[in-house]
Amino acid sequence: MSGVLAILEQRDGVLHKSALEGLAAAQQIGADLDLPVFAAVAGSGVEPVAQTLTGYKLKKIHAVDHELLGQYTPDGYTAALKQLIEAHQPKYVILPHTYQVRDFAPKLATALNRVLVSDVISYRIDSGALVLVRQLFQGKINADVRFEGDPPYFASIQAGAFRADGLQPGTAIVEKTTPDLKPEQIRTKPLDPFRESQRAVDLGAAQIIVSVGRGIKEAGNIPIVQKLADALGAELAASRPICDNGWLPMERQVGSSGQTVAPKLYLAVGISGAIQHLVGMKGSKTIVAINKDPEAPIFEVADYGIVGDLFEVVPALIAALGK
Amino acid sequence: MSMKIVVAIKQVPSRDSQLKVNASGTWIEEADLAWEINEPDAYALEAGLQLREKLAGEVVVLCAGPESASQTIREALAKGADRAIHIEAFHKGAAAGFTDPLALARVMAKALESEKPDLILTGLQSDDLGYGQTGVILAEVMGLPHATIIMNVEPSGNGIKVKRELEDGWFQQVEMPLPALLTIQSGATKLRYATLMGIKKAKTKEVKRVAASELTGSGNPSIRLDRIYLPVKAKHSQIFDGSPKEAATKLVEKLRFEARVL
Repeated sequence: MSGVLAILEQRDGVLHKSALEGLAAAQQIGADLDLPVFAAVAGSGVEPVAQTLTGYKLKKIHAVDHELLGQYTPDGYTAALKQLIEAHQPKYVILPHTYQVRDFAPKLATALNRVLVSDVISYRIDSGALVLVRQLFQGKINADVRFEGDPPYFASIQAGAFRADGLQPGTAIVEKTTPDLKPEQIRTKPLDPFRESQRAVDLGAAQIIVSVGRGIKEAGNIPIVQKLADALGAELAASRPICDNGWLPMERQVGSSGQTVAPKLYLAVGISGAIQHLVGMKGSKTIVAINKDPEAPIFEVADYGIVGDLFEVVPALIAALGK
Repeated sequence: MSMKIVVAIKQVPSRDSQLKVNASGTWIEEADLAWEINEPDAYALEAGLQLREKLAGEVVVLCAGPESASQTIREALAKGADRAIHIEAFHKGAAAGFTDPLALARVMAKALESEKPDLILTGLQSDDLGYGQTGVILAEVMGLPHATIIMNVEPSGNGIKVKRELEDGWFQQVEMPLPALLTIQSGATKLRYATLMGIKKAKTKEVKRVAASELTGSGNPSIRLDRIYLPVKAKHSQIFDGSPKEAATKLVEKLRFEARVL
């Protein structure tokens, strides 16, 4: 097929929330390089979910269907998708950078003697070649990466980097393929997914959120930001390290492993802004960052910022709010 | 059950480093930086040490890096690892001279050929290149099953049962045979400090040195790091200067009258 293949994640017949962003990225790359675009979904009984993609401008949608793909395993997915890629020989393989993709895509690329360019935030075309942009050092530095040697070329796309509303409509057909899989190829046995606790706090409903990160230094300092939250009538939230340390309960965690929020005001206090945190809050209407490091990635998404020591700035802010 | 556990670690610039891109835009200026163990790898080491304490066996540290990485290796030995393999590479930052994680994984696999570990652990990603792939690639190169973003490991029958983190607060148990490779999630346990006794003992522990050049396998790189640079801000942020009081007053004013969110 020598085009662009978007491999999209589904669970129980529902597409992953970032699947359409991955498809949009594939369509844009296809349009820029004048290549046809294909999609693939893998699983057991995936034809109905593949049908939900027929309204987009795609050459074909591959429903990679096998009983042994019913539960995700890296062995099963790699074997099945390797067969699809070998049969159709796409030039580019695009995947949204989900936890599942992080689990199997490096293995799939290695099985084909290639390297996945992971967590891509944008791209450009340079003399017909794709140049991918990704982040290094927790978002402090960007890098341009190029493919070398022969295709297929693999890239995974960061959540939020491409917009699903830019998808081109069209008509596409679904083609079901059944990979050759045997039970003994699958070495890991996944059990049913579960949730640890019911969420008592719904951060998604909060109008204002004050969120705290590593900069707070110790549990004993949490009341400082709690006072700010109280002064604003805000919910208190945190980045992952704070919840891992038990300084605030897990249900108050914002980010890829916690809640996704989009309040009208989000104040990030002592949060550097690792991408895992940013994906959970960058949709907020107004973002304020307070951080001692002027190079912290949180300032990339902030509307307003104060570079300074939070232990001085937060009390000053509480005082200013009282006026 | 006795287990031979290899923990793959990496030395990276310390988290609050102010980074500068070098003149040719190929890598960062490394001369004045402080270095430390890649934080996710510190959690992999902790998981390895805890498993050994529970089951008996051995923890072997594997690290690719230049001479200066010895410091990070000694720290891992001081925390309780039994011995180490140091793949000596000429370059520090860019994954010890490998910007291609497949090339690095092939070298690591060769270094482990005679070791035959039961379990290989590593952090889920590095704080420098951040590919989040080296562990998974190493598993595939070595023909091992793997699982990523692991919160907990326990023995189960002849193999192990691991708790894997999924997205949005979901988890999953996975049963798998040994040998296997796991990438460990950060923060799932508390990290230990090296004791004085541990630091003393570390000096006598074995560090096997192998030159990366002796291990280099076949295969051409399939990606190339072209250029690195400071990101251009996508959003224009207003930064308020002055004393904390002045800055806070300006911020509140903007939030009230410009953004109108208060």
